[in-house]
Amino acid sequence: MQNHASRAATFLKDDARTDWHNNTLWHVRSKRDKLVHGIPEWESIRQLGSDIKDNVLSNLDTYLEQFVAKAEANGVIVHWAVDAKEHNEIVHGILARHKVDKIVKSKSMLTEECHLNEHLEKHGIEVVDTDLGERIIQLKKEPPSHIVMPAIHLKKEEIGELFHEHLGTEKGASDPQYLTEAARGHLREKFLSAKAAITGVNFAVAETGGVVVCTNEGNADMGVHLAPVQIHCMGIEKVIPRAEHLAVFTRLLGRSATGQPITIYTSHHHRPKVGGEMHIVLVDNGRTKQLGREDFRNSLKCIRCGACMNTCPIYRRSGGHSYDHTIPGPIGSILSPGKDLKKNKDLPFASTLCGSCSDVCPVKIDIHEQLYKWRQIVSEEGHLENVKSIPLAGAGAVLSRGGLYNFMGKAARTALKIAPRALIYNQFNAWGQSRELPEVPKNSFKEWYAKNRKDA
Amino acid sequence: MPTAKEHILARVRANKPADRPLPDMPTYDAEVDLDLPLFTEVIGGSKGKVMAMEDLPGYLATNFPDAKVIASTVPEIPGNIDLAAVKDPLELALVDIAVLRGRFAVAENGAIWVTEKEAVIRVLPFITQHLVLVIDGGVVPTMHEAYKSIDIAETGFGVFIAGPSKTADIEQSLVIGAHGPRSLGVVFV
Ligand code: SF4
Repeated sequence: MQNHASRAATFLKDDARTDWHNNTLWHVRSKRDKLVHGIPEWESIRQLGSDIKDNVLSNLDTYLEQFVAKAEANGVIVHWAVDAKEHNEIVHGILARHKVDKIVKSKSMLTEECHLNEHLEKHGIEVVDTDLGERIIQLKKEPPSHIVMPAIHLKKEEIGELFHEHLGTEKGASDPQYLTEAARGHLREKFLSAKAAITGVNFAVAETGGVVVCTNEGNADMGVHLAPVQIHCMGIEKVIPRAEHLAVFTRLLGRSATGQPITIYTSHHHRPKVGGEMHIVLVDNGRTKQLGREDFRNSLKCIRCGACMNTCPIYRRSGGHSYDHTIPGPIGSILSPGKDLKKNKDLPFASTLCGSCSDVCPVKIDIHEQLYKWRQIVSEEGHLENVKSIPLAGAGAVLSRGGLYNFMGKAARTALKIAPRALIYNQFNAWGQSRELPEVPKNSFKEWYAKNRKDA
Repeated sequence: MPTAKEHILARVRANKPADRPLPDMPTYDAEVDLDLPLFTEVIGGSKGKVMAMEDLPGYLATNFPDAKVIASTVPEIPGNIDLAAVKDPLELALVDIAVLRGRFAVAENGAIWVTEKEAVIRVLPFITQHLVLVIDGGVVPTMHEAYKSIDIAETGFGVFIAGPSKTADIEQSLVIGAHGPRSLGVVFV
């Protein structure tokens, strides 16, 4: 059966690509650091972001009601969807009423989560993803591998090949400028002919009833302002209390996501355009369940910046597809077990628990602690695979007895020296399969300390 | 049968944690004198260009000699389409240059506030090949002052624009001019 490790192994087969992926994401993380260090009050803004989101979660019902009342007063049509199925049916219903057969869509992790494209295509509606990265993976018939950089797993030569096939670009051409220009022309046609546009939502303001959408390309705005019908789909956790709180989140988002001071466009939609129609679809799809889990509800504070992915040593070297979940990386690994523990049981283990994700998270989610807590639940519910549970059960027995631990250490140091490689690098030792064990020190730390402390 | 709304709200009420207070929004000391130089530097980093009004005609003539359709709401630059007569935003598909007003700018990130009033037609600042924003409201230090000075719901649509449109979706190589304007000029008056 495929799991995170086996899918990561597939990704790792291409050394050059893995190195590139690793270095590129680290570069994005470094850009983030540079900008963040230029803001003396950064830590206090993070704290504010976290506190505002805590307040939101504890008053979510009130804020949602306030938001909806305002939005409706603004002339927006608001819909509620309990799950993905209802969400898809609502969106299809709006499109069917307007006899729309072509739509443009800007990036929305929620519609990915709900598999909206497949649903609409089944009903004969052409869906065009307009974010360049999203369009690339849509043509490639792949899911996104990153929430901010959906096509980060692909090399420009592959994109050149894809565009040659679908957009008629020159064979062998792979210059990003040239390819982007081709996509611009191709998508402009789609924008000009779409009768409806769908976007995700970064923030929804309870006080004013408006939604805020952030992009760099301007694709969300091109879609929404040209098409007569605009639809904004959002998870219920996206609501924030007041407009002034946007200052906190817009300061956090761009810097954390890609190391830029703010996204190029921060668009505030409050009322439909003249002669147009504006819809907002509020979706639960498991969020209220997560809200009820004391240890894990913090994951709902996420503003989807992707910083935890860029910094994660496992994500960087295993690729987003290895998680097989709409939201990959550290945040995905704490969201996905709540949705389907059995399927995603290995994701909380796809981490070194180094804590780097929690360090960069702009809303201070305790990501690595939640990963650790999910591990315990996975183990309690008996989902641990044998290969992990046998050594772990042994470790439990050994660690609980000090004497045995000391003896085992000594024995291991001797055994590692004399055991044939086959014993150490066998199929039950997943760790050893792609790693060399460290050279064996002559003394244990305890022995070394006992000998050397006199000198201290 | 409860509606989806009732169902979701009931579940929120049953599952939400105990109340956590909303934090007060602090004010940060900003060096107001540095606002304009800082803005100029930051917007430059995002490939926007700040210039004086008297240099604007020359900038347009030199950089976009082939521009045919010009939409302008600024008297110094005469446009050649009547925005008031536009019935369908699709009519703007061929705009080469739009010269529009922006309300004010933000020093820390190069953002400029533009509402539906200044845009005239919502899609105009996005669909145009090149954009110039003429700002008469000066520069504020950070997004905190920015949001304090506006009512985001005053018009049906408002946007902070912080550069020409861009993407890095192919191997993280920066390309200016994704779907929106390929350049941004900024003039303070
Ligand atoms: S968990 Fe934090 S760091 Fe990760 S995407 Fe969400 S907000 Fe960003």
